[in-house]
Amino acid sequence: MGLSAYLILAAVIFCIGLFGVMTRRNTVGILLGIELMLNAVNINLVAFSWYHGEVTGMVLTIFAICITVAEVALGLAIVILLFRTRRTAMADQVDWLKG
Amino acid sequence: MAFDVLPLVPVLAPLTAAVLLGLVSPLRHTGRPAAFVSILGALTALGSALLLWSRVHDAGVPTLIEWAWLVESQGTIATIGVLADAESTTMLLLVTLVALLVQVYSLSYLSDEPPAALGRYYVYQSLFAFSMIGLVIAPNLLQLFICWELVGLCSYLLIGFWFQKPSAARAAVKAFWTTKAGDVGLLIGIVLLWRHTGTFDFGELRMLVEAGAVGLDGLAVITFCLYLGAAGKSAQLPLHIWLPDAMEGPTPVSALIHAATMVTAGVYLLTRTAFLFALTPDVLLIVAWVGALTAIVAAMMACAQNDIKRVLAYSTVSQLGYMMTAIGAGYAAAGFFHLLTHGIFKALLFLGAGAVIHAVGTNDITHMGGLARKMPQTMVVFVIGTLSLAGLPLFAGFLSKEEVLGAVWAGGLTIPFVLLLIGAFLTAFYMMRVVFLTFFGTAQAGHSHGGHHAHDAPIAMSAPLWILAIASMVIGVYFTFNHPELPFEPPGWLAATATGVALSGMVLAWLTYQRGAIDPERLARMTGPLRLAAAKGFWFDDLFLVAYRLVQNYLAKVLGWTDRYIVDGVLNVVSAGTVSAGEQLRRVQTGKVQDYVLAVGAGVIAVVWMLGGLW
Repeated sequence: MGLSAYLILAAVIFCIGLFGVMTRRNTVGILLGIELMLNAVNINLVAFSWYHGEVTGMVLTIFAICITVAEVALGLAIVILLFRTRRTAMADQVDWLKG
Repeated sequence: MAFDVLPLVPVLAPLTAAVLLGLVSPLRHTGRPAAFVSILGALTALGSALLLWSRVHDAGVPTLIEWAWLVESQGTIATIGVLADAESTTMLLLVTLVALLVQVYSLSYLSDEPPAALGRYYVYQSLFAFSMIGLVIAPNLLQLFICWELVGLCSYLLIGFWFQKPSAARAAVKAFWTTKAGDVGLLIGIVLLWRHTGTFDFGELRMLVEAGAVGLDGLAVITFCLYLGAAGKSAQLPLHIWLPDAMEGPTPVSALIHAATMVTAGVYLLTRTAFLFALTPDVLLIVAWVGALTAIVAAMMACAQNDIKRVLAYSTVSQLGYMMTAIGAGYAAAGFFHLLTHGIFKALLFLGAGAVIHAVGTNDITHMGGLARKMPQTMVVFVIGTLSLAGLPLFAGFLSKEEVLGAVWAGGLTIPFVLLLIGAFLTAFYMMRVVFLTFFGTAQAGHSHGGHHAHDAPIAMSAPLWILAIASMVIGVYFTFNHPELPFEPPGWLAATATGVALSGMVLAWLTYQRGAIDPERLARMTGPLRLAAAKGFWFDDLFLVAYRLVQNYLAKVLGWTDRYIVDGVLNVVSAGTVSAGEQLRRVQTGKVQDYVLAVGAGVIAVVWMLGGLW
């Protein structure tokens, strides 16, 4: 299997994630979509690292995973606070910034 | 050579007094000590003016001290300084002398005022003395204009000294605005003149004129604008309406500002710039005609007044008309001479009237009478002033008036000459009318003032009166025997005619108001509508009122409509457009996170596409 197979896989996962972010009403679902997109990127990084025989991509992936963890923790905290104040976790009902 | 400080003293002494009194309010509020500071300033000014006058007189050359003021890369635009020549030092003597005497006189005249008000009065007096002296010794038109405005301000402040009285406040504002109307002309004239010649300086202007380097194109407009300023200050028709109302101020103020000094500033300006006016004979003709009409119309109005100060005010307007006519005839020196003698005896008359008012407590001459026995000193000095004004031989006004008449005759202005002659008759008539009604005849009931009887004024008031009376007599006698050289030949019959006219006016007044041979009412009926017109001030005030109503109100209506429908309309359309555009645009902001994500995604794709990455 060549590089392209990994890249296609990553692209598919990215698109699924983006679709989820844009269409899910539940904020937890949106967070899940973001996770998918981030992991698609990770796959790209690892694939190129393997292909070029270089370790930089792997290191970057480790960093990305760490940051993802922090991001998820923050995102979930926001969701919980949102639920406490608005009694809902649905993204389309949160429109305080509507003009 | 040591720095020559003498020419600066007359300016700086009153300025120091004004600043000191103006800034140190505890001193100002003490009243009489503040007055002494101001009087000291005026005394210093008079002393130094005398020294300066004798020096210039002996040396025969003018002293000029100048500092560059507005310095530009092309050179100095304007200077500021002192020009002491024969004219300015003579005028300086008049100004400082009358200022000093009036300040001494006021001390007694205004003794009933609270100390703070008295202090305020003397601040204004000192400021006025400074501004007027600055005007007189100005070496250029710009400094003259600045001081010109300052004396206008002081006039406003002093007319409105009793600002609690609505009529005084109104009169102050009226005086300020009416003279301001002329001042606008003066400012335009000065600026135009600067564009025309490139200098404000009297000396340089004179040199340019003598070298024939001043173009005649447009010069008439310039001199006419200068004349407008002079007409406003010197109360020429139809801008004279402020002067009679200015009598609302304290009488010493009227004597100083509205008889001897400030109102003559216009005449002085024309004397200073006579060499320019000589180039524009058309404007001189206007000056002469307006002056002659002013002289006769104001004299008629003076005949119909019962308020002693208003008679004197109209008389001042009339005499200013004489001076202007002489200048218009091309003999500014004659007008200037009349200015000087008139300054002395009119100040004397005003201060004498002030003494009478002070004693009697009313301005109305029909309520006075028989005061000669109670106030003999005041009567004597007032009669000296009256005879000077009427122009009897040996008195100060005789020669100057004869000179004015001779100048007008020599200028070939026959009709103005006749008008002035009639004016001289009326002058003698109305002044003797005042004298007879006030000092002679039967005493009217109820003119005792505050329970005590009328009596001669205290020394602070009578001393200035006597000094002015003696000065007036000395001038009159001196010039009768040392006749000043004239640039024209007055006709031989002139002196006799002028004296005859004055005497017949006096005799008519005597027959009417003293002897009772002519009933005043019948005399009034004989003149008919003229008397009514004179009593109403020839409706000049109403004319201005109507003009004001028509012009002002319709202009205001048009402007109001423009503002409401055009200016506001444009703004309303613009703001309504903004609001509705915003109304449409706000729908873009849904507030939903996912819509923003979509927009961000679309944006990324657009950027990538634009960078050519997708192809």
